[in-house]
Amino acid sequence: MRRRLFGGLSQAVLAVWALLIIGPLIWTLLASFKSNSEIFGDALQLPGELRWDNWLRAWEKANVGTYLLNTVVVVFFGVLGTMLLSSMAAYVLARYRFPGNRAIYFLFVSGMAFPVFLALVPLFFVVDGLGLLNSHVGLVLVYIAYSLPFTVFFLTSFFRGLPDAVAEAAMMDGASHTRTFFQIMLPMAKPGLVSLTIFNVLGQWNQYLLPLVLLPGDKNKWVITQGIADISTIAGYEADWPALFAALSMTVLPVVVAYIVFQRHIQSGLTSGAVK
Amino acid sequence: MRRHGFVAGFLLLPVALYLVFVISPYAQAFQIALTDWRGVSAGLNYVGLDNFRRLFGNDAFWQAIRNHAVLLVALPLATIALALAFAYLLNAQGGVKGSGFYRVVFFLPQVLAVAVVGVLFKAVYRPDSSGVLNGALMKVGLEPAGWLTDQRLALWSIIAVMVWQAVGFYVVLFSAGMAAIPKDVFEAAALDGAGRLTLFFRITLPLIWDTVQVGWIYLGIAAFDAFALVNVLSIEQGGPDGATTVLATEIYKNAFGYSRFGYASAMGVALFFLTLTFAAVTMRVTRRERIVY
Repeated sequence: MRRRLFGGLSQAVLAVWALLIIGPLIWTLLASFKSNSEIFGDALQLPGELRWDNWLRAWEKANVGTYLLNTVVVVFFGVLGTMLLSSMAAYVLARYRFPGNRAIYFLFVSGMAFPVFLALVPLFFVVDGLGLLNSHVGLVLVYIAYSLPFTVFFLTSFFRGLPDAVAEAAMMDGASHTRTFFQIMLPMAKPGLVSLTIFNVLGQWNQYLLPLVLLPGDKNKWVITQGIADISTIAGYEADWPALFAALSMTVLPVVVAYIVFQRHIQSGLTSGAVK
Repeated sequence: MRRHGFVAGFLLLPVALYLVFVISPYAQAFQIALTDWRGVSAGLNYVGLDNFRRLFGNDAFWQAIRNHAVLLVALPLATIALALAFAYLLNAQGGVKGSGFYRVVFFLPQVLAVAVVGVLFKAVYRPDSSGVLNGALMKVGLEPAGWLTDQRLALWSIIAVMVWQAVGFYVVLFSAGMAAIPKDVFEAAALDGAGRLTLFFRITLPLIWDTVQVGWIYLGIAAFDAFALVNVLSIEQGGPDGATTVLATEIYKNAFGYSRFGYASAMGVALFFLTLTFAAVTMRVTRRERIVY
């Protein structure tokens, strides 16, 4: 009896929280089909009809298409660069002895202790000085640089845990150091690389502060987080709230779908950092 | 010899990138904090600790510190309490029905961008019946609340969104810890007549204490940030009247709004030492004997 009661009660508690999570998202999706007057009417009402033109306006007039494309490009190269450079550095730091090894390792790891806001002002001028302000190249390089500490830290411990025998055998067979790394060691590190790729994709996709500071000018270069925040301000002036909700839905939906497909990997990828 | 070339070749690019974009800005920040630089003059004019003196005499700074103090207590406490409760319910007796579904749903906000979540909740919190919350309040005959416009409510409304987004991550984290506790420990205690609450506080909690501690540090660091949410969600970026401002917002405003780069950097230095102090204090206070099982 008490066991049944406990089961029912826990179901109720968990269901309430689930509803609190899903509720706002469903509401946003519904609002993306509403007309302006419906949005400013009763919040808990369903849209009168499916107004796809809201979505069209968001995609074309509000630039969401451009913002999403920019984000995909920046995150693609950002994560590719992060993973390549981090695994190279981590591999060497984990498996080769040379003077300065410890020092370089600690240099990387210490980067995790600093809040990025401390670097903000000088970073802006460093990027500006290199002529990379308002450019995707600049943003990609900065993303890579700020993803290095955690990624190198994590991958170093991963490469340390790999067995020596395979690498030694490959070297005996005449493989160069570089070839051993790319053809033998990197494939062996796949589980770690997958976790960190997911971790970095999410981190860079969701980044808001750095694009805000480093892409302040040209709207055509903006990424999605900047764009959405901007649309929410504009919607106040131009009163196109349906397009804002459509823009939000367009941003959230692909992420939710990707999350549902890869949720196991994503959950372990994001939490593995905390367990280490 | 080829070995050295290989090592150097592999390290060159990452180290160079890291030095240029991470290490040098951090080092420069401490330097700029001692100047009155406004971004135009070529040379730096050193003013000693002037920026810090002004900082400590500035109301906005202390308001931000007070808000961080509230965040620092409320965010970890609420998030960890909820996450522990949910994780415990999900794992009790081999898991409730639908625990897989709950795990997926709870974690979902974690993958959404904070800025996007901010915009979403701006609509949820709208002051009239068009906001979900006030719409529901008015349906049952209550007065609508100024979630973001009321000075006493605004910060709590923002904390609620942070908790909303964070809980799922810690549910997954704590669940993993709880699943690793051997079943016979619980069975033995239950045979001795221990109730569910006793089991939780005497067995589960002590055994996953390490993980809780990690969670506390993560949330504490998040409490020192809060930039994206405050910037997007609050009115007037930190308002009403500074009620929701945080150091990050002040740094951003002073640097890129008013070009007070020296002053903003000084604030960055203050933020750095606050974060560091927090991490050191937490490590000391929460350190306990590790229980081996």
